Amino acid sequence: MSARRTQSLLWLAQRTSAGVLALCVVVHLVTMIIAVRGGLTAAEILGRTRGSFAWAAFYAVFVLAVAIHAPIGVRAIVAETRGAHGRGIDAAMLAFAVLLLALGLRAVAAVTMGPAS
Amino acid sequence: MNMLSVRVWRGGGAADRGFVTYDVPRQPAQTVLDVVTHIQRCVDPTLAYRFACRVGMCGSCAMTVNGRARWTCRTHVEAVAGDGRLEIAPLANLPVIRDLVTDMREFFDKWARAKGQFVPTATRKDEFATVAPAAKERLAVDAAIECIGCGVCYASCDVVGWNRDYLGPAALNRAWTLINDVRDGANAERLAAVAGDAGCHACHTHQSCTDRCPKGLAPTASIAGLKRRTALAALTGAIR
Amino acid sequence: MTAGSIRRSDWRARGHAGWWAFALHRTSGLALAIFLPVHFLVLGSALNGAPALDGALAWTDQPWVKASEIALVFLLAAHLAGGLRLLLVEFHGWRAAAQPALIAAAAGCATLCALLYALNLA
Repeated sequence: MSARRTQSLLWLAQRTSAGVLALCVVVHLVTMIIAVRGGLTAAEILGRTRGSFAWAAFYAVFVLAVAIHAPIGVRAIVAETRGAHGRGIDAAMLAFAVLLLALGLRAVAAVTMGPAS
Repeated sequence: MNMLSVRVWRGGGAADRGFVTYDVPRQPAQTVLDVVTHIQRCVDPTLAYRFACRVGMCGSCAMTVNGRARWTCRTHVEAVAGDGRLEIAPLANLPVIRDLVTDMREFFDKWARAKGQFVPTATRKDEFATVAPAAKERLAVDAAIECIGCGVCYASCDVVGWNRDYLGPAALNRAWTLINDVRDGANAERLAAVAGDAGCHACHTHQSCTDRCPKGLAPTASIAGLKRRTALAALTGAIR
Repeated sequence: MTAGSIRRSDWRARGHAGWWAFALHRTSGLALAIFLPVHFLVLGSALNGAPALDGALAWTDQPWVKASEIALVFLLAAHLAGGLRLLLVEFHGWRAAAQPALIAAAAGCATLCALLYALNLA
């Protein structure tokens, strides 16, 4: 696959993940604004998320979309501030994606699996 | 007599002198091109600058006026020098030959790299092509076809400054008009030519090009169209 | 003929709506990209049980952290609103006259979100 095709598909992946994130972020903003009332405690968060398949699925999709979206965006910033594109930058961005996916899914597991307190 | 204080960029080649200040008498309905012409004819004959038609048809007189790229023949001094001060410099993002004259070769080379030339599919022996004026593709072409290659959009684009390979708004805009030209036969190569980090995907929709285009064109819209078409071509394998 | 230096645009070329929208979008995206791993690590502390998460949350009770949270909410909402505008431009088509209005609306929604969050913190 040529570089041009890859870059075109990266653009499409970023816009597609953006659409998914639009929905996720709206839910997340509303949840945050409501949840933060009266202070935030672990019990309150975990009481909502632990053992909930729905929240697990939602956050997993959220994490996956972010792991696609953020590195592609940062790639453009790095390339334009350094004045060049290259395999090194692409490799770093892939590593960033893996990092976000790993840490993100770990966080999803942390808040959705296990007892509710 | 009212005087203008005009800073003009001098230099290029071996030595850059920087901004030199000239005093120019104000005239009614004076344009910035009138000011440059006055300096060259009456004050300093060594000043180099480009112009041709003087009436807003050719685009040759494009320069940076008070920090923004404009056609100097269509820029009235009253509109930009309210406080009696003017700053005139060559177009940005292009190598300077001398004073206010830039080397436009890279601008037109990128036009060629974007496959911005019509490639015919018919011969003189064939019937005329019929293109309905209200067809969606033709409307898209009509909205973007009036570009005269003046370079204002290219000089206004930050991405051109950040990415030396970026084809730029004018070349991509022209490619879009050809993509939508139903008579053209080179769309496969053209889509490949405009895709990628040096092509339409490098546009971040700053809209400086659309904001500045003296013909009122919207290269941003043309580039958005190219993004959609190249993404489709990448998905279907038309771009390999 | 040998050509010489290349001049670059300065701030005078940049003070228009589309450029501000881009600047906010890029800044917010970068800030969020840096924030996310930290966010995931804090949430991940729940693996060690609720008390561990409570400990991390207690750390966020400091005023500077709360102020940063409000800023992050603004940046997230701004990136969302600006992003929706971009998706409109790129996929639905061009409404040149509406662009400044869309940009202003996006900024307004983002500010509203940050305000709601800040008010609920209090």
